[in-house]
Amino acid sequence: MSVTATQKRGLGSAIWDYLTTVDHKKIAHLYLAGGGLFFILGGIEALLIRIQLMKPENDFVSAGLYNEIITMHGTTMIFLAAMPLLLGLMNAAMPLQIGARDVAFPFLNSLGFWLFMLGGILLNCSWFMGGAPDAGWTAYAPLSTTSPGHGVDFYILGLQIAGAGTLMGGINFLVTIINMRAPGMTYMRMPLFTWTTFITSILILFAFPALTIGLFLLMFERLFGAAFFDVSLGGNAIIWQHLFWIFGHPEVYILILPCFGVFSDVFSTFSRKRLFGYTAMVFSTIVIAFLGFMVWAHHMFTVGLGPVANTIFSVATMAIAVPTGVKIFNWLATLWGGRITVNSAMLWSLAFIPSFTIGGMTGVMVATVAADYQYHDTYFVIAHFHYVIVGGTVFGIFAGLHYWWPKMFGRILNEALGKTAFWLFFIGFHLTFFIQHFLGLMGMPRRYWVFLEDQGLDTGNLISSIGAFFMAAGVIIFFINIIYTAAKGEKVSGDPYDGRTLEWSIASPPPHYNFKQLPLVRGLDPLWIEKMEGNGKMTPAEPLGDIHMPNNSFIPFMISFGLFIAGFGFIYHNDNMIGTIAMFGGMAIALLSMLTRSVKDDLGYHISKEELEKEAE
Amino acid sequence: MSHHDVLHPETLPAEPEKATLEGRNKYLGFWFFLGGETVLFASLFGTYISLRNSTADGPSAHDMFGLDLVFIMTILLLTSSLTSVYAMYHMKNNAFKKMMLWLGITGLLGLGFLSLEIYEFTHYITEYGFTFRSSAFGSAFYTLVGFHGGHVTFGILWLASLMIRNAKRGLNLYNAPKFNTFSLYWHFIDVVWVFVFTVVYLMGKVG
Amino acid sequence: MTDNANTNNVVDEYQKTKNKEELKGHLISFAMMIVATLIAFGIVASGVMGKIYAIPVLVLLAVVQVAFQFYYFMHLKEKGNSMTALLIYGGIWAAALTVTGLGAITWW
Ligand code: HEM
Ligand SMILES: [Cu+2]
Repeated sequence: MSVTATQKRGLGSAIWDYLTTVDHKKIAHLYLAGGGLFFILGGIEALLIRIQLMKPENDFVSAGLYNEIITMHGTTMIFLAAMPLLLGLMNAAMPLQIGARDVAFPFLNSLGFWLFMLGGILLNCSWFMGGAPDAGWTAYAPLSTTSPGHGVDFYILGLQIAGAGTLMGGINFLVTIINMRAPGMTYMRMPLFTWTTFITSILILFAFPALTIGLFLLMFERLFGAAFFDVSLGGNAIIWQHLFWIFGHPEVYILILPCFGVFSDVFSTFSRKRLFGYTAMVFSTIVIAFLGFMVWAHHMFTVGLGPVANTIFSVATMAIAVPTGVKIFNWLATLWGGRITVNSAMLWSLAFIPSFTIGGMTGVMVATVAADYQYHDTYFVIAHFHYVIVGGTVFGIFAGLHYWWPKMFGRILNEALGKTAFWLFFIGFHLTFFIQHFLGLMGMPRRYWVFLEDQGLDTGNLISSIGAFFMAAGVIIFFINIIYTAAKGEKVSGDPYDGRTLEWSIASPPPHYNFKQLPLVRGLDPLWIEKMEGNGKMTPAEPLGDIHMPNNSFIPFMISFGLFIAGFGFIYHNDNMIGTIAMFGGMAIALLSMLTRSVKDDLGYHISKEELEKEAE
Repeated sequence: MSHHDVLHPETLPAEPEKATLEGRNKYLGFWFFLGGETVLFASLFGTYISLRNSTADGPSAHDMFGLDLVFIMTILLLTSSLTSVYAMYHMKNNAFKKMMLWLGITGLLGLGFLSLEIYEFTHYITEYGFTFRSSAFGSAFYTLVGFHGGHVTFGILWLASLMIRNAKRGLNLYNAPKFNTFSLYWHFIDVVWVFVFTVVYLMGKVG
Repeated sequence: MTDNANTNNVVDEYQKTKNKEELKGHLISFAMMIVATLIAFGIVASGVMGKIYAIPVLVLLAVVQVAFQFYYFMHLKEKGNSMTALLIYGGIWAAALTVTGLGAITWW
């Protein structure tokens, strides 16, 4: 392996390269492609839901299929679209922002991606193998324990495999940020996106295990006859709800915090100002993460936990609005008096502020216990979480994609198409979800297949459905933009925005070792400091020397593939022999691949100083 | 650092497990993994605690559990934690053979623990008809204690593969971090067991 | 590939004594752990304490014992491990909330 290997080659070797790559930049491409694919799938499911609800008593899809569609829409969007797209952005930008040559565990990075991808594919295989899961993305027992067929089993195994991948990603980013910052890059000089990646990783590390156990219990119950949730044997269905939300609430912060980081970087770059209240931004992120673990039961107010527990969780929940508010004001203050450029990345970010604030306000409303008895399980809650997840997370992902696209691919996305996509999506988003607040207040329950005529719900639902098509149009234009840019997009330099942070100090796309010489960081917004006080370039912190790089490996794919096969095995082992064979065979493939990894020395390789010098010419 | 320096170092530094960036990363990453495992086991403990009395008229903790066996198991596992400390002590002194010896003893103690656990489970099943499917309590008990036992099993397999792979190699900067992470893992298993014997057995006996 | 097991037994004396000191500390903590275990089993076997007192004491003994494992056997107390320790406290926090939540309010 050497530098030449990454140059011109055929399609076959390109595929092999991506199957075996451990380079965080290519893994970012993989995450974005995989997440993008599932985003389209989830989007199609959303359109089907909105078509069904376009008019009263519609029979576009059957009741059973409707349940499968809403379940898969939620599950896909959260686990297979939003999270991987965020992990993609983190992989693309974070190592560059701290001046690192790669992540701490390149091998695990690749393994994490393949686990996610094959877990997602496993879950979606359910469509063709007797029906998708239909117990909602929350899979509450006893609905999930009694759901017939194998749908919910696919949910369990698919998420278990994908979740393991996410956990690895979290650990990887944590160690990368702690151990691999460039000289001078102290914690309090890290860009906000790096900070939020760090805090998000902590949330992943401590939240996902609860889901892991929840899924295990559900799997034991459905496939091995355990009785955790079976009331007739002394079980208790509420345990699932606790485990799910102990994971689930931190999960919503896993989805939003990285986007807070994106917006912070975008606002500061395009206002040409240092982020206002940097320290407050960092600490409010930490406080949000800390509080995020103590509020899960606000999803269970109507379960009957009693006034004491409900009050505690209600107060804790409302407290989160405070650090969130701190952030909103800091972003406004960053914009205040700045020299503002409004491009697509900035449009998505600006639109985020009012949209997300609405979601935060309805959040405080649903956090009020007495009132939540009215809101719970109605379209009001649907409106709330779409305002935060779409208005926050999806807007953030689009902002991040526009912002870092030139860094990732060396070409900038077309602005005209970018702005068109934004406006269509933005208008569509508010059309779809604003009216749902009122549908909810009028009593329309969530997850129902049909609504009746003349109950005041007809017009609202029609408007909501029309909005969904606007959003779809926006997304389609965004994808056209990608294709257009790949073919004819404008090529840009390493620093197209007159940027402030380290990723803009190197070429676009970066060489596979990122930094020829590690940069010396002299403060927050290090590149900007050099532009103002130095010669505009980062000062190297080390002489030119050999660079150590990790080897590519096919083993991550093999481990994930083994678990993928074993997943089918677990699902079908009660039905037939093939299932049992797949269960043991798949585990054997996975374990033997792990053993191979463990006994084979893998020390990476070096790019020699001479090679680096030659490349510079 | 060249590959030769990693695999065949002239002298071993004071902390060979943290001498390379890869070693330091592994050390830190493994700690974080254990942090995640803490929440994993907490979820299992929480489930067990809430279902400990859900016996569905089957045998209860008080009926079945005996303290003698659990005490012996505890001592075995605690001691194995100490023997792995000895192994790391010899690693830091670069005494490879002694390290291997103590690691071997650690593994054997682990095997002893595991055999007793298997005996215990069979005992409950044959004597009391107490199974994974008997009651919510049964499911919770076997899942919690079994998860721990699974960790012990995995640890023994991991240790065996490490020892076989490196039997003829001696210590270097590439395998020292691996031995060290194993020992961290083993201590963690012991930590979990302390809570298992306290929450499941002792508190089960108290009522 | 040459075997380097015996080419480099030159850990310096200073380091050796330091390692020895550390081992002594470990032996003491092991003794404490055994004592904690004995007390815990003793309380239950003898039945000297009622349930209300026994359970908190048992939990306390477990926590003490685990602290020894973490701080001494697993070296969490060493400097340079402060970030690790901080994160582990975070994990323990999340774990405590989980156990409390499930243990206390499942049947409310
Ligand atoms: C000020 C901040 C927030 C507060 C006070 C808040 C409060 C709540 C409450 C009390 C519920 C439960 C409502 C019910 O089921 O009756 C809820 C649901 C939800 N929230 Fe939030 N939330 C906030 C921010 C967020 C954010 C930032 C996200 C995600 C990025 C989010 C995502 C969700 C989701 C997905 C649900 C619904 C889950 C389901 O039942 O399927 N929330 N929120
Ligand atoms: Cu929540």
